[in-house]
Amino acid sequence: MARAAATLRRLARHTSFRIGFVLILLLALAAGLAPLITAEAPTAMHLRLRFRPPSFAAPFGTDLFGRDLLTRVLYGGRLSLWIGFATAVLSSMIGAVVGILSAQYRRIDAVTMRVMDGLMAFPAILLAIGVSAALGPQTGSVIAALTFSYAPRTARVVRASALVIRELDYVDAARVAGVTDLRLMLRHILPNCMGPLLVQFSFTFAYAILAESALSFIGVGPPPPAPSWGNIIAEGRDYTIEAWWIMLFPGIAISLASLGMNLLGDGLRDLLDPRLRLDG
Amino acid sequence: MNEGLLRRGAAAAGQLARRLAQALPVLLVVAVVTFALLHLLPGDPAVMIAGDQANPEVIARIRADLGLDRPLIEQLLRWLYALVQGDFGRSLMLNQSVLSAVVERLPVTFSLAVLSLAITLPIGIVLGASAAYHRGTWLDSLVMGVALLGVSVPSFWIGIVSILIFGAVLHWLPTGGYVPIGMGLRPWLACLVQPAVVLALFQIGFLARLTRSAMLEALQQDYIRTARAKGLGEWLTVARHAFRNTLIPVMTATGIIISLLIGGSVIVEQVFALPGMGRLVVQAIMARDYPLVQGTMLLFGFAFVLINLAIDTLYVLVDPRVRYG
Repeated sequence: MARAAATLRRLARHTSFRIGFVLILLLALAAGLAPLITAEAPTAMHLRLRFRPPSFAAPFGTDLFGRDLLTRVLYGGRLSLWIGFATAVLSSMIGAVVGILSAQYRRIDAVTMRVMDGLMAFPAILLAIGVSAALGPQTGSVIAALTFSYAPRTARVVRASALVIRELDYVDAARVAGVTDLRLMLRHILPNCMGPLLVQFSFTFAYAILAESALSFIGVGPPPPAPSWGNIIAEGRDYTIEAWWIMLFPGIAISLASLGMNLLGDGLRDLLDPRLRLDG
Repeated sequence: MNEGLLRRGAAAAGQLARRLAQALPVLLVVAVVTFALLHLLPGDPAVMIAGDQANPEVIARIRADLGLDRPLIEQLLRWLYALVQGDFGRSLMLNQSVLSAVVERLPVTFSLAVLSLAITLPIGIVLGASAAYHRGTWLDSLVMGVALLGVSVPSFWIGIVSILIFGAVLHWLPTGGYVPIGMGLRPWLACLVQPAVVLALFQIGFLARLTRSAMLEALQQDYIRTARAKGLGEWLTVARHAFRNTLIPVMTATGIIISLLIGGSVIVEQVFALPGMGRLVVQAIMARDYPLVQGTMLLFGFAFVLINLAIDTLYVLVDPRVRYG
């Protein structure tokens, strides 16, 4: 406990971690408190107020249907951040289970690692486009598709650290003391993989937010009319010349969210896992 | 030619043969994964091709035509057997063989990738190395800030913004489309420079961050202190000792960069309306042209495996310490 508290204190002093944390907190608060910030509904149309540039009444302007873009960006944050978060959580869970089991049992390892190699031979975004298109236009498909693309990378990272940890003396000691495999993996190996896992979590979060917008752009993202940062840009794409503001603000939001998670990841890596390289 | 280099060349050739043998099972896995992706996911390809409203007889005929009514294992073996003979199948929407559709579009993606890599490598490495050398200064912060932006801003969004500024407002560059290099170097460059730079931004950020940490590690090694202590000039110390050792991890990462590049080109080709592989595979996915999806995905996977093989082999030439088991 004392060690965890010390790590937290050091994280709080780390500049990039601090900036990233504040960025993500602000974006999450803005999305979470959307109904308090704006009285509009994200899908409310005002056809007489189409394509209004940013003004005092509509700070981010309005779109093709006269919907208020500030409202849409705020609510869109809920969906985009949720997709990023859910993808990161699922990838971490699947990656942890597959990675630790592979490190523990050679027979599982032979199969899982070949499959992971096979999956990682495809560019992640291409895999995500294919899976999302096959599963149909739903938010769940996007999360499943992104998890499918990023979980193998997490599994590799976890496996690599589990392989190192299981050779350490205290794991040997536990094994000799007659601890069961399950307990060994849960109590001794998993907690020591948490550092790399957390680092990977934040980078997956950042990638997933970028990938969501790319999927929306291709047309296999979360379906309209519910806004996500990606599908607001996709809808504004045909009007970039006459209404540049439609794609400007959600693009900035995506960049800030991804920047925030990358900064968090950098901070975590510096403190928890100084040897880990940037490979994803 | 000196003897050391010759010996290393022979080692690399032996290496290549061994690695090629190791790559074969991976290629098989890639093929099986491609097959499994399309067959294990929900949704019947025959229904997708015929449309939701098609009558059951039509669907049954399509299923029979494509061999989809056979057991999965038989379908897989038939497909693999055709692959070994170089038959990647026929596209449904193009009425053309998958291989010839790919060959037509390959030059576009290849031009884009090579140009983008040519921008990425020098800029990313120089930025990262100078940030590491000037660690903790304003230059370091500036370079790392820019690199971080590179990996955080969505490339398709930068692409749209860039088309808006350089194409629609300033009229300096075309807003999209492709002109083959055979039609002249200038028009070819004019239509590729924007997508190549946009595509390079993410990789530059990634590479600069990676190079910086590798160079920082190299600069802390004992041999750097030794080089300085023996009075070697600062430039030679950095260039000959620190920088050379930085290049090894950077080379390892080149495989990742190429993978990012291929993935990024799928999106960038879409933004700039470039008729390349990426656009082809997205069209195929949207049209449910499943032989084409299967074939193009497989070729993407193969390309990745073979590129990594080539990099691993080069690695042996560059770093004599490396021996693969």
